[in-house]
Amino acid sequence: MAPFLELEGVTKRFGGVAALDAVSFKVPGGEILGLIGPNGAGKTTLLNCISGVHHLDAGSISFDGRRISGLPPHQVARLGIGRTFQVVKPFASMTVRENAAVGALFGSSEARLAPRAAFTWADEVLELVGLAPKARMTVGSLTIPDRKRLEVARALATKPRLLLLDEVMAGLNPVEVDEALEIVRKVHAGGITIVLIEHVMRVVVGVCDRVIVLHMGRFLAEGTPHEVLQDRRVIEAYLGEKYAQRAARGGEAGRG
Amino acid sequence: MADAPPLLEVRGLTAGYGAGPVLFGVDLEVRGGELLALIGANGAGKSTLLGVLSGLLPPTAGSVRFGGRDLTGARPERVVRAGMAHVPQGRRLFATMTVRQNLVLGAYLRRDREVRSDLDRVTGYFPALADKLERVAGTLSGGEQQMVAIGRGLMGRPQLLLIDEPSLGLAPKVVETVVEVCRSINRDGVAVLLVEQDVVLALEAADRGYVLENGRIALSGTARELQDDPAVRKAYLGV
Repeated sequence: MAPFLELEGVTKRFGGVAALDAVSFKVPGGEILGLIGPNGAGKTTLLNCISGVHHLDAGSISFDGRRISGLPPHQVARLGIGRTFQVVKPFASMTVRENAAVGALFGSSEARLAPRAAFTWADEVLELVGLAPKARMTVGSLTIPDRKRLEVARALATKPRLLLLDEVMAGLNPVEVDEALEIVRKVHAGGITIVLIEHVMRVVVGVCDRVIVLHMGRFLAEGTPHEVLQDRRVIEAYLGEKYAQRAARGGEAGRG
Repeated sequence: MADAPPLLEVRGLTAGYGAGPVLFGVDLEVRGGELLALIGANGAGKSTLLGVLSGLLPPTAGSVRFGGRDLTGARPERVVRAGMAHVPQGRRLFATMTVRQNLVLGAYLRRDREVRSDLDRVTGYFPALADKLERVAGTLSGGEQQMVAIGRGLMGRPQLLLIDEPSLGLAPKVVETVVEVCRSINRDGVAVLLVEQDVVLALEAADRGYVLENGRIALSGTARELQDDPAVRKAYLGV
């Protein structure tokens, strides 16, 4: 069976700098894959390449048996790849519900929805992420965790089969992270494959089947969360000795 | 020096944004030279409290005394002049200006000639910035931008540095570096009020801490006491 998502030699340069240098990996359908690595390793650039924001300088990306590299972002979205952005930019003067409906109206992998159907679907995704009680509020009054939830809802509203999450748990405390992990599990249980970028190891350990580590635009390591967090190269480049010591003392591997 | 008056003394502070208060009668003290952690859920009012302290938001009741002076409702420039600097959440650098320009702006109110040697002091704390002073700030990595933001705060020669969520979006190793530098700044005599969602790390670094819940101080104590407190462990550490 062909992999659900396949990257082959993906290369992206900005000026003379290779932000991504021949990165290749496959994601089977149904997986939750974690993408970690130092700031500047190329993780967000990689999501931008998959979602069509950047054009590749070399390599190719295919999704569900079809080549998607070279397609514009809206076509990638309509093929079934939803994503969130690190810096959330909701429509500030609109309500939570209207923001979610925008995803359903313009990005849906189904044929363009009528407004009524879009709002019905928006209500469902808001229910899923726990924002239903705040559907009528304007987004300006939302706390940070709620804004992140809305970002996930907007992406889900496009009815993706593959969801790319870019640091949706940053700024959450450990207990808030646990609540957010429940949402990720529910989304995944609904049949959606997930690729997520996180610096919060509690997330990586909590939900990822497999983790890929990028460093300076290149593939550094791969394995289960447990394997990767004990990998010397990963500790040196990314986690730091203190993290490793703390994790070894036990109980705090999920430092939030 | 148990009898020395606190550096910062907040009494009955109430503040909000129009739709009703966010902070309800907050009492809090920072002693000279200590590292204090302020923890609490998102929406509890932590950043609002920092905003009131640094003069960005006027309180509706209560008082703020700093270094023996009344700073209740004082404008930000007076607060900075009095010796309190705010390192805001999300860095808030001037992205199109150089690192040097961003740092020098932190000394905007100063008229002395020691700004240059203070730049050296900042790069002493953050050697990674030393050869990046002429780089445009927006092109730096998230960790380096956080270092510039803290450095900018230091350039005002504060007695108290308010640091809001320095770990946001940073790799674990970089978080360690940033927190380590907060500690050395503190060891060099600057009091630090640290707001941080990485509660484990915050309480490891701090001398004392306060827990803010729904705009009220729910608990305070030494960092050790808070680390061992069952309610804190359950509500904030998730263990």
